[in-house]
Amino acid sequence: MRKIIDNVQRSVLWLCGGIAVAFLAVILVYVIARGVPYINWEFLSTAYRPGLDQEGIRDIIVGTLAMVGLTLVIAVPIGVLAAIFMAEYAKKGKVLTTIRFCVESLAGIPSILYGLFGYTFFCLQLAFGFSLLSSALTLAIMVLPVIIRSTEEALFTVPDSYREGSLALGASKLTTLFRVILPCAIPGILSAIILSMGRVMGETAAVYYTAGTMARAPSSVMSSTRSLAVHLYLLVKEGLESGDAFATATILIVIVVGLNALANFVAKRLSRKLTGGN
Amino acid sequence: MSEVKMSAKDLRLWYGDFEALKTVSLDMNKNSVTALIGPSGCGKSTFLKTLNRMNDLVEGCRIEGDVRLDGEDIFQKGYDLALLRKRVGMVFQKPNPFPMSIYDNIAYGPRVHGIRKKKVLDEIVEKALRGAALWDEVHDRLRKSAMGLSGGQQQRLCIARVMAVEPEVVLMDEPTSALDPISTQRIEDLMAELKKKFTIVIVTHNMQQAARIADRTAFFLKGEIVEAGDTLQIFQQPRDKRTEDYITGRFG
Repeated sequence: MRKIIDNVQRSVLWLCGGIAVAFLAVILVYVIARGVPYINWEFLSTAYRPGLDQEGIRDIIVGTLAMVGLTLVIAVPIGVLAAIFMAEYAKKGKVLTTIRFCVESLAGIPSILYGLFGYTFFCLQLAFGFSLLSSALTLAIMVLPVIIRSTEEALFTVPDSYREGSLALGASKLTTLFRVILPCAIPGILSAIILSMGRVMGETAAVYYTAGTMARAPSSVMSSTRSLAVHLYLLVKEGLESGDAFATATILIVIVVGLNALANFVAKRLSRKLTGGN
Repeated sequence: MSEVKMSAKDLRLWYGDFEALKTVSLDMNKNSVTALIGPSGCGKSTFLKTLNRMNDLVEGCRIEGDVRLDGEDIFQKGYDLALLRKRVGMVFQKPNPFPMSIYDNIAYGPRVHGIRKKKVLDEIVEKALRGAALWDEVHDRLRKSAMGLSGGQQQRLCIARVMAVEPEVVLMDEPTSALDPISTQRIEDLMAELKKKFTIVIVTHNMQQAARIADRTAFFLKGEIVEAGDTLQIFQQPRDKRTEDYITGRFG
């Protein structure tokens, strides 16, 4: 009897795991299979000018990468420093609990609200207009909770014995932080950055409202641009070129996976270098 | 008569409302090993951590009384904490090498205190590792991670790391409690060697260890020192009934 229950349990677990993986596989295969026939050099290397019968996504890829880059440049330093403050310096108590609560609430807000805020505040109030800067600032606020929470978790996992060991040698708190604690926390911080990149690249609403839809590579942070996700949304909405839509989705998938792999690789190299590895 | 290197006088310490040390006084002599013994929670580790002011890090910790290093009050305003911890090094209960190479572990302290020249660092690293009887085992893999060493080797690495900043006093908080008997033996041998240069204060749960290595022993109970004196006297003719009960294993 016990054996039967055991087997049933195991089968159910396997089934659930299998379903999750199967869905992922089906989606990827479905999208990529439909997208790949439309991907060619011309598609990747030309600008999007539908009037001129040019449907390439070169500028949109550039715009997406610029958006991801600028967002991280803004969000990572702020997020990491905030997490360091919260994990290493702030006294435990009401203030810290409140800050944590706020950060968590920030993570639960639907992205369209960030878009609305970004549009009214950055685009209109600060007169940045539809621009790379407006969208990067908006997206930075959006991914801040992810970066803060993950960095904090990473700092918490660094054993206190390292801190004690360093302080007992006469090192200051700051030296201890930079030479011992942060190197240990780097893999965690990088995984926060990977998550953030994913969120930024997959975002449509907040980008649509703040960066506009101009399908050009941005010439400065003040130019309007279009991200792959927004492009995908527009193509589907217009319902004209479903082939191009799938091709765009395929490229989006490739970039996300590629950046993840790169970040993983960097994290491994970095932590091995910093910790003297084997 | 040996010279007093460090002394505590009427030291009282609270963690919040809990009085962990109640008027403790103890002299620690130069070039000798002072052992602190007593049951768990009696305040001996707390006392040890007061000597290099590691208790400063504990929230709600309050200290009264005075602790002197070479006659100077270490709690006086403006006292250089970094210098104090350089002069009074500490080895912890659990070996805590940093997740870096063996070399970087040893060079960490000297670098923190401003030594940059590679040649000087190389010399310090070799000297410290030799001093901790670890050089022969690791000299061909200084660039490998210290995490790959055995527990005993890690603890000797931590001792070497402390020695690299050339301290005057070395505090050891149950340095062998996480180690096997052979590693323990090596560290005890090492201590006999180290006391020629340093003043050593060691917390231990192991009475035989105290008897083997210590010149003087202090018996702590419930935040007070019941009795302190020459190790031989403490173990052979304890003056206090409670000391006798403890060392003969009647409690604790």
